[in-house]
Amino acid sequence: MYPRRAGSSSDVTTLEPELVPTKAENVIEVEDLHVTFAGRGGGTARAVDGVNLAIPKGEIVALVGESGCGKTTLARTILGLEKPASGVVKFHGKPLEYRNRALKKYRKNVQLVLQDPTGSLNPRHSVYEAVAEGPRTHRMDDEAGRVSRAMAQAGLRPPERFFLRYPHELSGGQRQRVVIAGALALAPEVIVADEPVSSLDASVRGEILALLLKLREELGLTLLVVTHDLGLAWNIADRIVVMYLGRVVEQGPTEEVLSNPQHPYTKALLSVVPEMHAVEQIVLLGEPPDPTKIPSGCRFHPRCPSAFEPCKNISPTILSSVIAVGSEALPHEAACHLVNPPPAESR
Amino acid sequence: MTTAQPEIRIPSPRAIAWQRRRVGTGRFLVAFSQYRTGLFGVGILVFFVAVALLAPVIFPHYLLDPNANLQNPAYASPTFDSYYWWLGTDDLGRSVMAELAWGTRPSLIVGLVASLIAMFLGTLVGIASGHFRGLFGASMERLTDWFLVLPFIPLVIVLQAVLGQTSIWITVLVLGITSWPGTARLVRAQTLSVEGRPYIERAKVLGNSDWKQMNRHVLPNVMPLVIANTTLTVAIVILSMTTLAFLGLLDPSTISWGGMLDDADATGAALQGAWWFLIPPGLCVIGVVLAFTLIGRTLEIVLNPRLGSE
Amino acid sequence: MAVLEMRDVHLTYHTSEGPVPAVRGVDLSVAEGEVVGVAGESGCGKSTLISTVLRLYPNNATVEGEVLVEGENVFDMKWNRMRAVRWGEAAVVFQGALHSLNPIQRIGKQLAEPILIHEKGATEAKAMKKVRELLEQVNLPARHANAYPHQLSGGQKQRVMIALALSCDPKVLLCDEPTTALDVMVQAQILDLLKGIARDRRMGMVIISHDLSVLATNCDRIAIMYAGRVVEQGNARELFDRPAHPYTQALMGAFPTIGDGQSRYAPSGLAGDPPFPGDLPEGCSFHPRCPRAIDKCKTVDVVLEPIGPRRAAACIRVEQEAAAT
Repeated sequence: MYPRRAGSSSDVTTLEPELVPTKAENVIEVEDLHVTFAGRGGGTARAVDGVNLAIPKGEIVALVGESGCGKTTLARTILGLEKPASGVVKFHGKPLEYRNRALKKYRKNVQLVLQDPTGSLNPRHSVYEAVAEGPRTHRMDDEAGRVSRAMAQAGLRPPERFFLRYPHELSGGQRQRVVIAGALALAPEVIVADEPVSSLDASVRGEILALLLKLREELGLTLLVVTHDLGLAWNIADRIVVMYLGRVVEQGPTEEVLSNPQHPYTKALLSVVPEMHAVEQIVLLGEPPDPTKIPSGCRFHPRCPSAFEPCKNISPTILSSVIAVGSEALPHEAACHLVNPPPAESR
Repeated sequence: MTTAQPEIRIPSPRAIAWQRRRVGTGRFLVAFSQYRTGLFGVGILVFFVAVALLAPVIFPHYLLDPNANLQNPAYASPTFDSYYWWLGTDDLGRSVMAELAWGTRPSLIVGLVASLIAMFLGTLVGIASGHFRGLFGASMERLTDWFLVLPFIPLVIVLQAVLGQTSIWITVLVLGITSWPGTARLVRAQTLSVEGRPYIERAKVLGNSDWKQMNRHVLPNVMPLVIANTTLTVAIVILSMTTLAFLGLLDPSTISWGGMLDDADATGAALQGAWWFLIPPGLCVIGVVLAFTLIGRTLEIVLNPRLGSE
Repeated sequence: MAVLEMRDVHLTYHTSEGPVPAVRGVDLSVAEGEVVGVAGESGCGKSTLISTVLRLYPNNATVEGEVLVEGENVFDMKWNRMRAVRWGEAAVVFQGALHSLNPIQRIGKQLAEPILIHEKGATEAKAMKKVRELLEQVNLPARHANAYPHQLSGGQKQRVMIALALSCDPKVLLCDEPTTALDVMVQAQILDLLKGIARDRRMGMVIISHDLSVLATNCDRIAIMYAGRVVEQGNARELFDRPAHPYTQALMGAFPTIGDGQSRYAPSGLAGDPPFPGDLPEGCSFHPRCPRAIDKCKTVDVVLEPIGPRRAAACIRVEQEAAAT
């Protein structure tokens, strides 16, 4: 189901691909999540408008979409930084509690790597202090040991050489490694990475992405990568979830979704990726609409090149995250009337 | 992974923190010394501080006692006999030089202590209003605005008059609790700016409580600007204190420059042509205020570009 | 006829820490109607290169070489002529243009400004008419002339910046990272627009980007820069399909081809970081990170050599291979 390279230490991967059980424990589950904000100039922005997601242990999921689609809000809600208007985020089956102490405990398990490594580090703190911040906050023992190990895991070797350096003395790639080390120092189960390589030089991207893959293999980390870059998803993600205006429009194994996209939005996104010169470009008109004014029916219909009659009035069903009993593979689904025509009587 | 080493030589966290401070201070001093105006200000300040500290040594206290100087002529013009009399005498026959020297003390003390109070209050309110959204933060902000809007000098005068003239520390208190809004405004703006940066969010995600976030990240980034602003506040406080003294609202038993100006005015020194009593105190006030202003401005220039690029 | 030609351009910043050679001998030429892409990462000098065209570099920089805009060398120009050339004959769409608009002025007014400066006898009315035409050319409704910058989206603001650059009908347009910070869909729209403009107005266009794939589909020729020099250049399609220089190959690898099984779970990149221009290694500046470096690379400084019809690369290994075939 999730092809992985041979010899990795995660216990799931020693099995042949087809035999991976579908009931791998879900580390993160999101059920019918709605997150709203007060929009500028009145109105409520429905940033996340009904999303189901389940991430099993050791999986790398890419959350893909343009700005305003809600992917960052979804990631932040999973981290506990935003509270949902309705719906629930579950960690190992238990819903998140938003009290200070419970959240603090949660933070040991789910960490964040942000987009801009330069901004993510306090310029007045040395590298050692930056990485040690997590263990210090949670009063963990063996602070020095944890920091060393985390930095070594993140590829900063030998760690001692970097302890007394400052962020401005490091390159972009090294800074991002420091941020990753800071997250690793807490020995989390899940890392949420928001555009982890978009502000880094192209030639350095490969190393950081390879590091993320290595962390999954060696530490069994689960990764949720938020990105607009389909190439990144192709490089490292097992599964891809495409969002548009607060809903998931397509999801499934990366190879399938990107080789054979079903939803018109995914098709358009793929077509404008510059490497895909074999495919004719579908350049959508206009810009993603405002989350305070979500169109009726299928929210993509105003820009959809394939919209037909039901699309204006009937909203496609929200994709579920539950894997159907008896099926082995994760389904490749799209929330689109072209793929799943609505029942005749509701037209 | 790492090559196994028998012992990981990591400097202790305290050593790291101190090393950071040393490096930072070194860089700061180098940058500050590029500005001649700042160094000039420091020079003036050092001079006045030395005078304040050495006043009892250089000018024995009896020079200030009216009873001990009864035989001296009032408004005697300056002579070169002994340095006590380089600026002649005042209306009570006391040495003007001695009064100037001793007058340094209240100015500096009130200036520094009142400003420290203002800095403390201002930083507290400023960070609180910047960090906490919702009712608490908003009410802190309103409080700051309210105090900012009250006219400063009239307020100071009223408070001083009401609380009485029994001690210089009343003045310190009055000036301290009226000078904090400017700092609070600045601190709030800086807090908001710092909090917009990703590393605050990272601190939050790592599990830091509100208090820790403010302490570890916001405060160190806010402090340099606060110090620069406080230096400028000292200048304002000294001017205000001089005003109060001139209006006769200060404790009359304390010799101060403002008091000297008040005496000079009240006893008609100008009519007597006793410029040595009228002008020097004013010059001293200008000198100290100039020193603090130059230092404060230089601090802002040195600290701002770095904060701007962070 | 080349509307823009750069010959052996050098630019060195003189900083308190010593001289920093940002551009070390670059030749580039852009013909009418041609779109040339310049790709490279931080520190390669591409933005600095562009700043030489309109002499927008800071005072502590010294330049050598020639930059010819429509045959005239900008370094020889007197101040008045330079001012006329700026915007009148060559214009720049700056990086981070989204923040270059004055937030308290309406778009129309900002667009009209260069027109009023450059065209003799221009009145407000005529300028506003031209502004409306410009907005149409960049696919923005004319009523946006009355809007303030904060009312526009990122993509719309970028179009305004392009309109601004076109306001005096220049012959040369230089775009510095015109699509960074924009969504992929908007990126595609902007690039289509630029291509169309170059074609319709017969302008010479230079597009700078760190994203090689963006350039591949929108440029006629591409030059790859590293550490202040051009390390490979040639026809865009050819370069994309068969990159010669190891650095170009690495850049290409960083953006995988979707659908190519080889790049699944195999992100490729280079070790190390792009060099700081003030601290370049001896010999070929790329050798510390080059997967194909040999001993000779550490001592011999390479320059661009032709390796095929209208292809050139600065690499000893590539030359050896080209000579062998």
